[in-house]
Amino acid sequence: MTQRIVPPPRTRRELLKLTPLVALGAILYEPWRESILDKGLRLSDWASARTFRTAHLAPTYSDADVVPFERFPYNYFDILEPEIDFDAWSLEVSGKVSRPGKYALAQLHALPKVTQNTRHVCVEGWDVIGSFGGARLSDFLDLAGADPSARYVSVMCADNYYESIDLAMARHPQTLLCYEMYGKPLDRGHGAPLRLQIPTTLGYKQAKYLMTLSVVDELGADRSYWGDQGYSWYGGL
Amino acid sequence: MSSPTDVVPVARWQEKGGVSKVAGYEHPLYVRLAHWLTAVSLVVMAASGLRIFLAFPSFGSKVPQEDFWNPPPGITLGGWLGGALQWHFTFMWLFAGAALLYIVGQVATGRYRMVLFVPRDIPGVWPMARHYFLRGPKPAVDQPYNALQKLAYTTTVLLGALSLVSGLALYKSAQLPFLVTLLGGYRLVRIWHFLALCGFAAFVPGHLVMVALHGWQNFVAMLTGWKRDPEYLGRKGA
Repeated sequence: MTQRIVPPPRTRRELLKLTPLVALGAILYEPWRESILDKGLRLSDWASARTFRTAHLAPTYSDADVVPFERFPYNYFDILEPEIDFDAWSLEVSGKVSRPGKYALAQLHALPKVTQNTRHVCVEGWDVIGSFGGARLSDFLDLAGADPSARYVSVMCADNYYESIDLAMARHPQTLLCYEMYGKPLDRGHGAPLRLQIPTTLGYKQAKYLMTLSVVDELGADRSYWGDQGYSWYGGL
Repeated sequence: MSSPTDVVPVARWQEKGGVSKVAGYEHPLYVRLAHWLTAVSLVVMAASGLRIFLAFPSFGSKVPQEDFWNPPPGITLGGWLGGALQWHFTFMWLFAGAALLYIVGQVATGRYRMVLFVPRDIPGVWPMARHYFLRGPKPAVDQPYNALQKLAYTTTVLLGALSLVSGLALYKSAQLPFLVTLLGGYRLVRIWHFLALCGFAAFVPGHLVMVALHGWQNFVAMLTGWKRDPEYLGRKGA
């Protein structure tokens, strides 16, 4: 046995080397806690956005894996069937686009249709594989002439819900302006006439009952309905 | 192979009155930092994780929903799902950072050899368990960690790896679907993540009881790095 013989221990000095750990106690100080946790969440969001694989597709599933429509949960924050005049409905587009204005559902139907069986993951922890159909948000952004240098897409909903996603997420090939589920027009509870469907985000990012869409560089005070209350803004999977 | 104690620097000196003293530097700074960072972040991750689980306390479908277990809110952290997620997504960095610090340090210094459980240690497990739990005779100690300790501490490293990998698979299921596949599919990932928590829940109380019963010197060593008169350096009796 070849032991290394060293001088007698300086235990007090060794103990003092652990003092940086005391900084962890800052989290116990109530006025600082919110700011620390906010920074932690922002770090996680930043890392998520930085590592987002723009061309990588979320897993898709066969029709046999899709849960029956009756077992696809209705989730809503306030009202399941908000007042919407479906005959007069259009998506109002504004911001950094060359062709702002109102877009009718027929114009969305005219874009190449994508159907996909993907996993819908709720922040609460449940998940369900559903069948969705619609137009790529990316195609719609081209239709509206979105400025390629813009940073965010932000939406407002008929139930006063609102959301925003970054351009990488908006341009992802599986990000849909969804008007169909299970081969049928969206029913009211799932967001008729139009919702976001984004297999690469949690459910709360996938706003329903869309009314307006804007392409912007800066998000105002209203960034994300749940994000503003403490959920991750990014919400990416 | 050389003895595992080779990696523990030893100090021998004489105190006033000519009393010989010996101590082993068991825990370099990176081990102690990693240990206490893990201790704090593990508690936060467990308590906030239980609050997150409370939002959907099931491993099955949403419709219909069958609750598995509703954790008592008193042992949870965060107050509500969003608050718990903030704690979880903040302290996951510390938990992962501590794990990285420990693994890199252990490999770089070669100290993993004295605590990693390997097949050679298997015969030593039962005599040690018999001593601890059934008041059997105490096996001879010639290493910093006995077989049972190696088994326990190696298991915690695996539990940490399981929590990190399953957590990452849940957090980035669309970005890293191969991790989901590796763990047997999406529903199983959540179960693995929970099982890792169960493993820690089994380890931590045992760890604390052992330290309370046998290990004051071990506790001091985890603070200062130095263990006085350790058995494997020839302390008489036990």
